[in-house]
Amino acid sequence: MQPFTAVTGPAAPLLRPNIDTDVIIRVERLVGTTRASMGAHAFEVWRFRADGSEDPAFVLNRPEFRAAPILLAGPNFGCGSSREGAVWALQGMGVRAVIAPSYSDIFRNNALQNGLLPVVLDEAVVREIAAQVEAAPDRARVTVDLEREVVIAPDGTRHRFAIDPARREALLAGLDDVGLTLRQADAIAAWQQADRAARPWAWQVAAPERR
Amino acid sequence: MPTLLDKLWQAHRVASAGGGQDLIHIDRILLHDLSGARALAELAEKGHAIAHPALAFATPDHAVATGPGRTAETFPAGARGVALLREGAARHGIRLFDLGQDGQGIVHVMGPELGIVLPGLTVICGDSHTCTNGGLGALAFGVGSSELAHALATQTLRLAKPKAMRVRFEGAFPLGTTAKDAVLAAIGRLGTGAGAGFAIEWAGSAVRALEVEQRLTLCNLSIEMGARMGFIAPDERVFAWIAGRDYAPRGAAWEAAVAAWRGLASDEDAAFDADHVIDAGAIAPQVTWGTSPEHVIAVDAPIPAPEAAPDPARRKAWADALAYQGLEPGRPLAGTRVDWVFIGSCTNARLSDLREAARMVRGRRVAPGVTAWVVPGSVRVKRAAEEEGLDRVFRDAGFDWREPGCSLCVAANGEAVPPGARCVSTSNRNFVGRQGKGARTHLASPAMAAAAAVTGRITDIRRPF
Repeated sequence: MQPFTAVTGPAAPLLRPNIDTDVIIRVERLVGTTRASMGAHAFEVWRFRADGSEDPAFVLNRPEFRAAPILLAGPNFGCGSSREGAVWALQGMGVRAVIAPSYSDIFRNNALQNGLLPVVLDEAVVREIAAQVEAAPDRARVTVDLEREVVIAPDGTRHRFAIDPARREALLAGLDDVGLTLRQADAIAAWQQADRAARPWAWQVAAPERR
Repeated sequence: MPTLLDKLWQAHRVASAGGGQDLIHIDRILLHDLSGARALAELAEKGHAIAHPALAFATPDHAVATGPGRTAETFPAGARGVALLREGAARHGIRLFDLGQDGQGIVHVMGPELGIVLPGLTVICGDSHTCTNGGLGALAFGVGSSELAHALATQTLRLAKPKAMRVRFEGAFPLGTTAKDAVLAAIGRLGTGAGAGFAIEWAGSAVRALEVEQRLTLCNLSIEMGARMGFIAPDERVFAWIAGRDYAPRGAAWEAAVAAWRGLASDEDAAFDADHVIDAGAIAPQVTWGTSPEHVIAVDAPIPAPEAAPDPARRKAWADALAYQGLEPGRPLAGTRVDWVFIGSCTNARLSDLREAARMVRGRRVAPGVTAWVVPGSVRVKRAAEEEGLDRVFRDAGFDWREPGCSLCVAANGEAVPPGARCVSTSNRNFVGRQGKGARTHLASPAMAAAAAVTGRITDIRRPF
């Protein structure tokens, strides 16, 4: 996992609420595409018109936002399907951090598993940053600084954000969760031994007799 | 004063994982041909072993064709996922319910049906509708493939405990109103993001009166309200439903289990972080009009105008949704012509759902110009339906009677509603392009979908048609 410390760059404003993971990456791309190449298909239902050409009106097709490492989004971003491909698609198009008022729980977890930072700021603040970006789309730059837990808007205003300390440490170090958890293998084994006695039915999963 | 969530959480808490997270033991891991195959492949790449393969179960459902005589290769793009699932299951000794075998089906239909999912268990799957299993009183939730791999390797997940929400349906549902209508009405009222950060306990007298399969339907849509977990306190009806199923405990273990399960309820004085009450008696059959499950109204209510939206962002979302759906505000949905009907999915493809749909169809024909599919939720559902002649009812009316899988709910298997076609669907998501590029989805109950198939229009089943 790539460590995340700080990112500065253009921030693409896509403020509609409830952007779902089906829109971020269509399900057929999960079967036909490698993880590394999903970026080409991110938001395809909005990026491309029926004839396959790009829709120049869509924000991520505008030249100033094509390589934006930051996405500004509306509430409940990433709702719907648990597909982790939604995170890989965003990363594949160069997005390192999303700033939104709220996320679906599954998307947020998937993002954190992959080093994509889901920053939570008040909806009014996200709108204000988007307005500053739209006022000077060629020049506006936003910084997301995980070490200092702060977003710096184009006008220099600093907005503090909160993140779970354990998640922050893992992101800063690029640490894999499995390695962390296996350090607690003894505690897990002891818990399971007690649980087998307390809840035997939870562990009885032998194949049933033939019907 | 603990809530049911508190009890389920405490019963699985191995240790603190630091930073506000707990290490939570996972009792059952369900794998399907998309995320399950990917997680198994990821583990193999990283060289991790699987901690407890006997606690994992696999079945292909997402990217498999559902036409008669299908095999894993019928939809070539999905064949690789099925192959990876088969290889991984064989290599690790994971029980696989393969295509054509007894037990195969949509993972959230198969798990409860075989007694793999039990009250009080923690259950995960790389699928957001894992919350379905909460209908049995399990703490069940969807994860991505990385978390799935983590659980396979460690039998645990690092989780922050969600807040507790209770949604009570008090009173009795009117005739024609099902669990599907109830949960859609809740999502319409509270919003599709209302449950984010929460686990939802569905409760109230109308919920206690629901049959078990309806409870699975209700919990299925918890995620469409934003909640990763949704559950109902298990009761004697649930225990009776589970007794004797293939993987359910037997003998002394069964007695001990039921005794423990009887304690799985929120205490009388439990405090919730959010608590909602909905009048069950006021819920009419629901149909979605837009492209989010919160875009939902009673079948006879007028389609809302974007000007009525609560904020500018939603005004635009509503206007876009109406344009995508090809609808005009002000008119009711009832009477709208439909092209497709899909009866299936982990929401509504159990035997009782097919019975409800068949009641509307018996002695009628699918309307001219309408393509109507029934995709049973599992091999067992299909077989049971055939034993009572439901397949004949559907076939005689002109429906396609197909093989078990997710099919048109997610359109990951080469089956899709054509662009611009309007589909009444018993599934769970009406997102842009969900059932196929440009497809227009209207979510509804099985009876409402079946009625639309035979009339060719969205139909209010409370009136003669």
